[in-house]
Amino acid sequence: MIVLRFVLLRLIQMIPALIGITIVAFLLLRVLPGDPASLLIGARGSTEEVEALRHQLGLDAPLWQQYLTFLGDMANGSFGQSITQRRPVATVVLERLPPTLVLIAYSTVLAIILTVPLAMLAAVRRNSWIDFAIKAVFVVAMSMPPFWLGVLLILLFGLKFPIFPVSGYGEGVFGHLWHLFLPAFVIALGTAALTIRSLRSSIIAVRTADFIDTARAKGLPENAVLRRHVLRNSLISTISVLSVHTSWIIGGTVVIEAVFALPGVGDLLVTSIFTRDYPVVQGLTVTFAALVMLISLITDVAYAAVDPRIRLE
Amino acid sequence: MTTTITETPTASPRQRRLPRLNPPLTAGLAMLVILLAAVLLGPLFSPYDPLKVDFAEALRPPGAVHWFGTDNLGRDVLTRVLAAGLVDLQIATVCVVLPFLIGSTVGAVAGYFGGLTDRILMRIVDILWAFPFYVLVIAIVGTLGPSTGNMYLAFTLVVWISFARIVRGEVLSVRQSEYVMAARLLGYSHLRIILRHVLPNAITPAIVYAMADVVLTILAVTALSFLGLGVQPPTPEWGVMIADGRNFIFDAWWISTFPGFAIIYTGIAFTLLGDGLDDLLRPKG
Amino acid sequence: MAPLLSVRDLVTVFESKTRPVQAVDSVSFEIREGEVFGLVGESGCGKSATCRSILRLFAGAPARITGGTIEFAGRDLTCLSEAEMTRVRGREIAMVFQDPMTSLNPTMRVGDQIAEGLIRHESIGRRAARLEAIELLKQVGVPSAEQRLDSWPHEFSGGMRQRVLIAIALACRPKLLIADEPTTALDVTIQDQILKLILRLREQYGMSVLLVTHDLGVVAQTCDRVATMYAGRIVETAETPSLFARPLHPYTIALLNSLPGGKKRSEPLQPIGGAPPNLADPPPGCRFHPRCSIAVEACRSTAPALLPVDAPHRVACLRRGAEPS
Repeated sequence: MIVLRFVLLRLIQMIPALIGITIVAFLLLRVLPGDPASLLIGARGSTEEVEALRHQLGLDAPLWQQYLTFLGDMANGSFGQSITQRRPVATVVLERLPPTLVLIAYSTVLAIILTVPLAMLAAVRRNSWIDFAIKAVFVVAMSMPPFWLGVLLILLFGLKFPIFPVSGYGEGVFGHLWHLFLPAFVIALGTAALTIRSLRSSIIAVRTADFIDTARAKGLPENAVLRRHVLRNSLISTISVLSVHTSWIIGGTVVIEAVFALPGVGDLLVTSIFTRDYPVVQGLTVTFAALVMLISLITDVAYAAVDPRIRLE
Repeated sequence: MTTTITETPTASPRQRRLPRLNPPLTAGLAMLVILLAAVLLGPLFSPYDPLKVDFAEALRPPGAVHWFGTDNLGRDVLTRVLAAGLVDLQIATVCVVLPFLIGSTVGAVAGYFGGLTDRILMRIVDILWAFPFYVLVIAIVGTLGPSTGNMYLAFTLVVWISFARIVRGEVLSVRQSEYVMAARLLGYSHLRIILRHVLPNAITPAIVYAMADVVLTILAVTALSFLGLGVQPPTPEWGVMIADGRNFIFDAWWISTFPGFAIIYTGIAFTLLGDGLDDLLRPKG
Repeated sequence: MAPLLSVRDLVTVFESKTRPVQAVDSVSFEIREGEVFGLVGESGCGKSATCRSILRLFAGAPARITGGTIEFAGRDLTCLSEAEMTRVRGREIAMVFQDPMTSLNPTMRVGDQIAEGLIRHESIGRRAARLEAIELLKQVGVPSAEQRLDSWPHEFSGGMRQRVLIAIALACRPKLLIADEPTTALDVTIQDQILKLILRLREQYGMSVLLVTHDLGVVAQTCDRVATMYAGRIVETAETPSLFARPLHPYTIALLNSLPGGKKRSEPLQPIGGAPPNLADPPPGCRFHPRCSIAVEACRSTAPALLPVDAPHRVACLRRGAEPS
């Protein structure tokens, strides 16, 4: 109940920020130099054609009127009309949303699976060769272009070891998990590079805390102490690192979707940029920002679930 | 009648200790020097032209003649990787320095004056913060059309908020310090106080972050070019090269692979530099 | 009857960057069944290191027992493997730490923290452990124990947290309770309650207590016997009444003089001059000599042995029996 109230309250508090987001998304396509209409028609179009298109897109109206139209389109749930698909933007975006959501969740789970054991190993064997090896691997992972890794994995799994499909979304839950494994893994590697580093140092710090000696004095073996007492307290700071990088992780899906030809919103963004489908770009920008805010809300709830001292108010 | 006022009211605790190199900093600097030497001098010594098409030499695997092989247009991959390095380093530098300057200024102004200025600026920062970095950059470059100049603009518009946040936080803590108070009492102008007393003591974390940001920026610049939204072919650029090689990945792995190694190498160099600078500049304790 | 715990010539070394620090230097003492034994001294004198050595718990510090034996109920604890030690900790010897504010896991409900040891050592189920935990909370005087069982540590005051920590320690009815400065971090009024609680539980459970403190007032109130530690060594040991009636070591005397009400005459309190020595580089001879008012030349070179004056009262001082100047 408290969680529900907190979530509702936070959703209400998000409204001003969401209005700000719509303004930015709106201005993005109108204030920047460059005219969508002439870009859309291309250099060969006549002035009359450009003017006609400007009128059709509503670009000849005053800015405030355009913004009101934009808000109206959002209020009626259509987010405007897609130029290329001639359907409401909301419909186009919503049908592309599931693969991206699955990809984000999947890669986060994989990142956690990578992070927890490796960070614990590195922390417990601090300054040993295995600690340095883990550190070295993830310094490389942090500098590795995800799209490049994606291309190499496609080479590896597409040709040499065809265990995992290298493109598409698949059918059914297991089909999705199977098809999305490689892209999710690429994203997870980048995320894990950040979280392993943070969790390792946090485990090292927590292991010297007084309450850990209390746990040891009860007669718990060291692995039970780590599992039951160290890990949960160490996760607190790692969750906040993760939440700071949420937006980076979500943005990363755009490039990965393009590499693995996944029918998600990231791929839609790139395609819409090339086809100059500005209403879709605009709708997607708002969608992505809302997604970031939603996920940061989820991290806040997770934070409170792990640390009872934080009150959801 | 004139009164002499001492130049500095109270000595600012600027770090004046001798820079002592630590292992990550030394390694990072060494890697950077090698990188710069390679991208600046390499193309001069290379017998190949990064742009010259020679179909007779197309898709040669790495060997004694072409160390990194050749691409589908017969261009020497090593020469192109080095030439691309210069392009990417230039772009990355501008894409970090511009947001650094703008963001630090905004952060310093917001933190120093506080009040309404601070609240408005930080509200803008908060709203921009909600947009995923890649989404915003792609939307801006996509709207303006792909070009290097538009990339500079896009990165500046998006990245300044990070520096603004960092510097503002630091300035807030420096603002209350005695030497800033003393400078204020002596009636120095705000500009002078910010430039001479506040910023030098608040900029360190931003410099350390800038090193990490170079890594992120190179990844983003190459990603944009890979998607076709950044540097355009035939200009040699790592992301463009990886995208080009992608069509031949099953026959000629080397075209895409080597530019990736170059990106990783550069990333490690700057990661080490950032870690080293962090150790060197951050006050102990 | 053999004592419950018998520590012989214990040496514990802490590794450090510069040179190893011998925090515990040939310490010997014994604790009988049902007895409260006090270990008293300034902070940094090695009393915490001594009792942490018994359980081999050093809070992640690079410490090693390099010599001596710790015989407990017929076994030498220094010879046990780490796995064997986990069966001693909590079940046979339990420990309560100094700071109740940081000694409870902030992310675990107190009931679970109490039940944890029970489930581990007594092979009982969660429900039984929970009932037992309620009983323990009642024992240590936490009001409305049933409701408090599911509270988080941050919902308790310092004194209540120390009660919870005592409940955790007592869960498996240990034969020996080590209490490392259990009242130092608490308000004076709470201190008294906690000491009385420990004494009452000692009676009830028939256990022995090793009480570490820097406060001779606490010793007078609670301990049957007491040892004074200085710079890693025991300098005097006696039954409590004997120590207070006739302190022999100049350091013990100085400690008593710095205690309000510890002196019968209405003289001003005397702080001990000088500072305790650096254990990485201790002074030769008697380690107290630089601060001692009755030191003679021999004290600079000869380390005094702990010798009996009358049977249970022993002191390590070359000038024992000499009148303080």
